[in-house]
Amino acid sequence: MTPAVTSLVLLLTLPAATGVCLLVLGRRADRVAGPLAVVSTVIAVVLAGVVADRRPRVSLPFLGIVDGGDLLFAVDGLSAVLVVLVAVVALLITVFAVVDLRPQAARARFFGFFLLFIAAMSATVTAVTFPALLLGWEVMGATSYALIGYHWQEPGKLNAGARAFLTTRAGDLGLYVAAGAALAGTGGLLIGDTVSAADGWQDVAAAGVLVAALGKSAQLPFSAWLSGAMQGPSPVSALLHSATMVAAGGYLLLRTQPLLAQTGWAASTAAWAGGLTALVMGAIAVAQRDLKQLLAASTAAQIGFVVLAAGAGVVAGGTAQLVAHAAVKAGLFVAAGAWLTSLGTKQLTGLRGAARRYRGIGAAATVAALSLGGIPPLSLWATKEEVLSGVDGAALRVVGLAASALSAVYAARMLVVLLVRPVGDEGLDDEEPGTRRVPGPATAVALVLAAAAAFLGALALPAVGSRLGQLVGAEPESGVATADLLLGGALAMLAFAGTVILLRFRPAVIEALSRSPLGSWGGLGHLLSPRPAIVLARAVATVDDRVIDRAVLGLAAAVRGLASLVSRADGSIVDGAVRGTARAFRRAGTAARRPQTGLLHQYYAQAAAGLGLLLVLLVTVR
Amino acid sequence: MLLTVVILLPLIAAGLLMAVPQLDGRSATWVWVAASAADLALVGWMWWRFEPGTGASGVVGGIGYETDVQWIPTVDAGYHVGVDGLSLPLIALTAVLFLACAVWSLRQPDRPRLQAALFLFLETACLGTFASLDLILFFVFFDLTIVGMYFVIAGWGHGNARRSALKFFLYTFVGSLALLLGFIGLFLGSDTRTFDMVTLAQDPPLAGQPVAGGLVLLAIGLGLAIKTPVFPFHTWLPDAHTDAPAAGSAILAGILLKLGTYGFVRIAMPILPDAWQRWALVPVVIGVISVLWGALAALAQTDLKRMIAYTSVNHMGYVLLGLGAAGMVAADTGARTLATIGAVYQMVAHGLLTGALFLLTGVLWSRGRTYAFDKWGGLARPAPVFAALLAVAAFGALGLPGFASFVAEFQVFTGALQASPVATVIAVVGILVTAGLFLVALQRLLAGPTVVPDDDPEQDDEPSTDGGSTTLVRARTGSLRDMSAAELVAVVPLLALAIVLGLFPRALLDVIEPAARTVAELVAR
Repeated sequence: MTPAVTSLVLLLTLPAATGVCLLVLGRRADRVAGPLAVVSTVIAVVLAGVVADRRPRVSLPFLGIVDGGDLLFAVDGLSAVLVVLVAVVALLITVFAVVDLRPQAARARFFGFFLLFIAAMSATVTAVTFPALLLGWEVMGATSYALIGYHWQEPGKLNAGARAFLTTRAGDLGLYVAAGAALAGTGGLLIGDTVSAADGWQDVAAAGVLVAALGKSAQLPFSAWLSGAMQGPSPVSALLHSATMVAAGGYLLLRTQPLLAQTGWAASTAAWAGGLTALVMGAIAVAQRDLKQLLAASTAAQIGFVVLAAGAGVVAGGTAQLVAHAAVKAGLFVAAGAWLTSLGTKQLTGLRGAARRYRGIGAAATVAALSLGGIPPLSLWATKEEVLSGVDGAALRVVGLAASALSAVYAARMLVVLLVRPVGDEGLDDEEPGTRRVPGPATAVALVLAAAAAFLGALALPAVGSRLGQLVGAEPESGVATADLLLGGALAMLAFAGTVILLRFRPAVIEALSRSPLGSWGGLGHLLSPRPAIVLARAVATVDDRVIDRAVLGLAAAVRGLASLVSRADGSIVDGAVRGTARAFRRAGTAARRPQTGLLHQYYAQAAAGLGLLLVLLVTVR
Repeated sequence: MLLTVVILLPLIAAGLLMAVPQLDGRSATWVWVAASAADLALVGWMWWRFEPGTGASGVVGGIGYETDVQWIPTVDAGYHVGVDGLSLPLIALTAVLFLACAVWSLRQPDRPRLQAALFLFLETACLGTFASLDLILFFVFFDLTIVGMYFVIAGWGHGNARRSALKFFLYTFVGSLALLLGFIGLFLGSDTRTFDMVTLAQDPPLAGQPVAGGLVLLAIGLGLAIKTPVFPFHTWLPDAHTDAPAAGSAILAGILLKLGTYGFVRIAMPILPDAWQRWALVPVVIGVISVLWGALAALAQTDLKRMIAYTSVNHMGYVLLGLGAAGMVAADTGARTLATIGAVYQMVAHGLLTGALFLLTGVLWSRGRTYAFDKWGGLARPAPVFAALLAVAAFGALGLPGFASFVAEFQVFTGALQASPVATVIAVVGILVTAGLFLVALQRLLAGPTVVPDDDPEQDDEPSTDGGSTTLVRARTGSLRDMSAAELVAVVPLLALAIVLGLFPRALLDVIEPAARTVAELVAR
């Protein structure tokens, strides 16, 4: 094994193995869990750097018979970007988690699942075959269940985890179907080969991949699980919503962009799904009163641009958007988490002036939020414009522009609250008792992420962008026209300023929005309701008991009834016939005794009568 | 010869136990543990020395440890046993699961000597069924398992045990009669007039007679479908499981159900390839219905053990789907082979995971005499080890990658999609429903406020002799004894094995693949 191959194997297994050890040891390992997790993620960053540079490929034996049945992992350009992104963000958030978790928390369990989750994401972004992809993809979903439901003692938390896992698994079914389509259409299980699958299997594979990605990335109609996922600890939200989990769907679509483009319909479906999600979830974000909910909705919206990019064929732009958004959102979630721990609230009313209370992290959050709003010259402004530049069709373009204006609106809504002077009557500690301090490492992590959030826009600059395009193997894109860039920036600033003014003079408008259905995620949660399944299950169980089992028991009872009928027939008919015969013989015997009177004259008379009878018989017969 | 020793060793141990009545219960169970462990060691040795062969091998050739002794020469029935890639995994599974049950039963106070003897007898019957290469021998062992399990449920069960045991016995016995009818049909249809499976598979009977072949397949299929069980013949299963003791349930679900599915892949497919091809849609449809019906019925249960019992119907549905798809010869050979491999793999995976799940339900019964969801809650607090193991087993059973069940189900789905796309896409939904029902179960049992049933029967094992009928009611919220050492030693290896086979499936696939390839080829004749 060359060092590069070893690095890739270690990148996939080391965090996983550490995580499993922590889980097995349980609370005994609480003290070492944090440091061990930091060390593991530091090593992972180094390994990620090595594999991004050397591009190894490793095959681990798994299934046989068919080509691509093995667990094949490889690092190409797109994977290289993603493994580094995942490792770096994971390290930063692990550091934040170490300082953010309560001292008495079950740290071994937390970091155990955390590391397993990170390993699963690394496997997802390097997988080449379907078995490898599903291994990473579904283990990531399952560990997200454990992480979101980390505080299982509190009512509703585990339920939120279950909802996240079930929703994403509903999408995952698509991957199973896509794998089957790959086998049927290409005779193998390589993800990349699906593009040349024959006889309509291509369409099946594309549909499967699309459903899986939309589910994982919380795109419409699956978006609502993200709302519940906010029940998890803040570091989990920070990780799930930045470089992993939600990003995985966008990544998968970028990876399979040739397949989507080949079918045609899949590409335009993806583009519209992404665009509409960006629009609808943007509107929902504007109406939120809870900072983490606002950020969650904006995550779906921003990843919507990645999905849109994959649909439109702007792979480099989509990748840039994915990377920049990861930094922005990780930074914002770290800030939100730090405030939740120190101030005990995540309600926007309670967080009034939070950025002024803790200036370091406040500055970081401000930069990240401005970037989220697409304010020039920060990163998401540039990447979003690059994505939109590749969109054909006026309608979709309008949707995209409206969605990007909405990002400026919710960013403004958030920032206005965070930056005003605190008046002192904020409802603090409504969630948990706050510590009233933000630890230094948390501020440092947020600042690093904010710096990245500011400068990653460079990815969209023509010089860097074309490098990135070559890296991820995209077809050369036209690049963003300067006019488009300026127009987009102006639009964002206009929306931002408008919102600030509106909040200043007519705050009731936003209040009314919060009370509208948008505030409760527009009823999207009902789409994921398990109720129909449960009603159907009850019906099935009833039929099972009342009809099928009853039929079997009825059959048994019928056999018993038949048996007793036979038994009765046996007594009355068969045995009756025997007894009847016996009785007849007895009667005959009795009758036969009667002539034996012992009187001679009667015997003569009988003999005469008998002879007469015989004579008559003889005569008649002759 | 070695195989015969493996089959008969438990029976000899059972005979010993019956011959020495003065043996105390604890030592009797240790004899059971020792005999099962020795048997497992021998099976391990067999596995080690077994050459799975390259390419296609098994069923009609390449059979290891073969013994063929004449028994009833007039009908050419014999004591013909041997192993190949289809039977060896199941023989190994049997040895592992019986050992786990033996360890589990170390603390079992109720007539332990008799129980040990009965289980050892059952082990011989199960091993014999898997090793049989003769239809009559197969039938004899098959019926002995039914007899053995009847006594296990009736003698050591709880609740309405006698009724459930009788239902189980009669239902599956009727099934076995159908099976016998089918076997006689095969005998009469064969040119050489034999009951030997290898000969029959080499020269399939009733080849040019679609009606007769179909009827014989119907009889055999009916018998196996009841045993498996699949929709709509499954209603004996929840009752039998709910009232069976934990170890009995583990064997019933882990091994006895496999006798049905094993029969399909060993007898129905290679010996009646014509009929199997013609009617392949039937197992596919029944498989898909079982998948969904089992999962949905499980979702609606209010009792943990009944729920797990219904998931068995769901899991066996995947096996049937895979085997049915393997008969649709229009599809690619690679895909059909993959579906067959998945089906066989599923038998092993389900045995390990469901065996573990049923043993874990025994923890609840021994502590609280109930499986009802509403009588338990928040168990992760007092019993974290139990909670962790239950969660691992549940995620395994719902087919998470990294567990053996994923390897099985993934192969079934990908292999079957080409042959029957609609059915497979419907069946895939089954893994979502299974995921939902296991998560709901975990949530009800492990999270929330801690609730345990009021009386811990371990405290009043002795029948009360004070004459009073008052039951001591204690407020025992919040306390539950976590897993004991014996319970841990029984369950943990099953789960560990399920994970090892989920991450490194080659160890098992190397054995299964050649045989599955043979089955896929034979069925395409």
